[in-house]
Amino acid sequence: MNKFGKIAAHFAAFLLLTGPATAQESAAQNPVTLAGDVMAVKTVTDETGTERTELVEPTKIVPGDRLIFGTDYSNNGTEEVTDFVVTNPLPSAVRLAPDADPDLVVSVDGAQSWGTLAQLKVTDETGATRTATHADVTHVRWTLPSIAPGESGRLEYPAIIR
Amino acid sequence: MDTQKIYKPFFGISCAAIVSMAAPAHAEGVSAGTLIENTATATYDDGDGPKTVDSNTVTLQVDELIDVTVTSLNSGPVAAVPGEAVLTFEITNQGNGPEAFQLTANPSVAGNDFDTVVESIAVDTNGNGTYDPGVDVILTAPETTEILAADETLTVFVVVTVPDGVIDGQETVLELTADAVTGTGTPGTTFAGQGVDGGDAIVGTSGASASAIGELLVGITSVDLTKSASIVDPFGGTSAVPGAIVTFTITANVSGSGSVDDLIVTDAIPDGTTYAAGTLTLDGTSLTDVSGDDSGEASDAGGISVDLGTVAAGTSHAIVFNVAID
Repeated sequence: MNKFGKIAAHFAAFLLLTGPATAQESAAQNPVTLAGDVMAVKTVTDETGTERTELVEPTKIVPGDRLIFGTDYSNNGTEEVTDFVVTNPLPSAVRLAPDADPDLVVSVDGAQSWGTLAQLKVTDETGATRTATHADVTHVRWTLPSIAPGESGRLEYPAIIR
Repeated sequence: MDTQKIYKPFFGISCAAIVSMAAPAHAEGVSAGTLIENTATATYDDGDGPKTVDSNTVTLQVDELIDVTVTSLNSGPVAAVPGEAVLTFEITNQGNGPEAFQLTANPSVAGNDFDTVVESIAVDTNGNGTYDPGVDVILTAPETTEILAADETLTVFVVVTVPDGVIDGQETVLELTADAVTGTGTPGTTFAGQGVDGGDAIVGTSGASASAIGELLVGITSVDLTKSASIVDPFGGTSAVPGAIVTFTITANVSGSGSVDDLIVTDAIPDGTTYAAGTLTLDGTSLTDVSGDDSGEASDAGGISVDLGTVAAGTSHAIVFNVAID
């Protein structure tokens, strides 16, 4: 009885202490910021009949259109940060574009396991396994060993609307 | 042991969640109005332990794509004679949102040997793939389908009249066009605010208009029956004397194009003769005299009857039987 009572009391105290502290930390002490954006890739034909692609604001998007999802990261702090891992779940309405970087680390099972696409397998309803395809990708992930103070960069993945 | 028992069902639940996440949304395109939301999350160590930060969430709404296909459901030219003929088409909403389509049947296509007159366009209301007058609802002008959901298909019938005076072998083509009611145009044409949930409606690769042709082939078929006889008398001659055997050959010749259905050839046994039991043949194959077991039957009183069923034009069949002169 006593023992349980003590644990409960400790637990409550812990919640009270850490709750506000975490909020403060993320507001003031989070040295790394992430800014996401998305652009649509449109093919335009110029006066000479040459086709080229342009990045445009995605004001009109329909199935089959190509999107570039980007995340700008930046270390605004004074200290180096390490083990920087950015995880991006793919929106269910898009699939990873076939020309995505083959070295991109992805998951095809909801972030349970990771690898390049070529390393991953998918098990279908019948229990048979097959090589994973771009359409199977559920998450993409980038890993940077460290970011120096003031350093920033951009991470992108191309997607096609299903 | 206890731990494992707890873990197993838990693991099952997490597996189910993975399956549902991995399943792609849809093959033909996500629905108009779908929101695409993307958020990245970073974890890192700033020397004071692991930290997590989320990016802002970018949100896009999928606009409505208008696309359509029309397919002829007739496997080839439809055989026709002067009078009513029916062509069958399938309209498919290839877009990602609900759309209705206005239908236009054009019977005057360049190269036609003759033009039909379009009587009506009907919807396959009972879904059986066959035009049922009085059951399948006839569209009133301007002939417009109901609103089809994304990927929904609709079977329609174009009922035409083939004019009198057409000649066997003449062909005609009818073109059915389906235009999206929201509008048509070059791919990429935008109808602002006319899509699902106030989004834009954008014309897809079909131009929001599609057509298909159905073909009619005049197939006027005729059946000619030719009967011949040969006699063998008991003395080795060919005299029609009592006891002589007469072999009758009836040739059914179907000419023209198309085919005839339910072709039944009958013949009576002539007076003064008796059917020679077991001698009925069709194209050299014996048929029994009793009815019901094969396509033929024969008796002295009832004569012979052979059911040839559906016979294609350009083919002929030979029916042979013997009688004895009384």
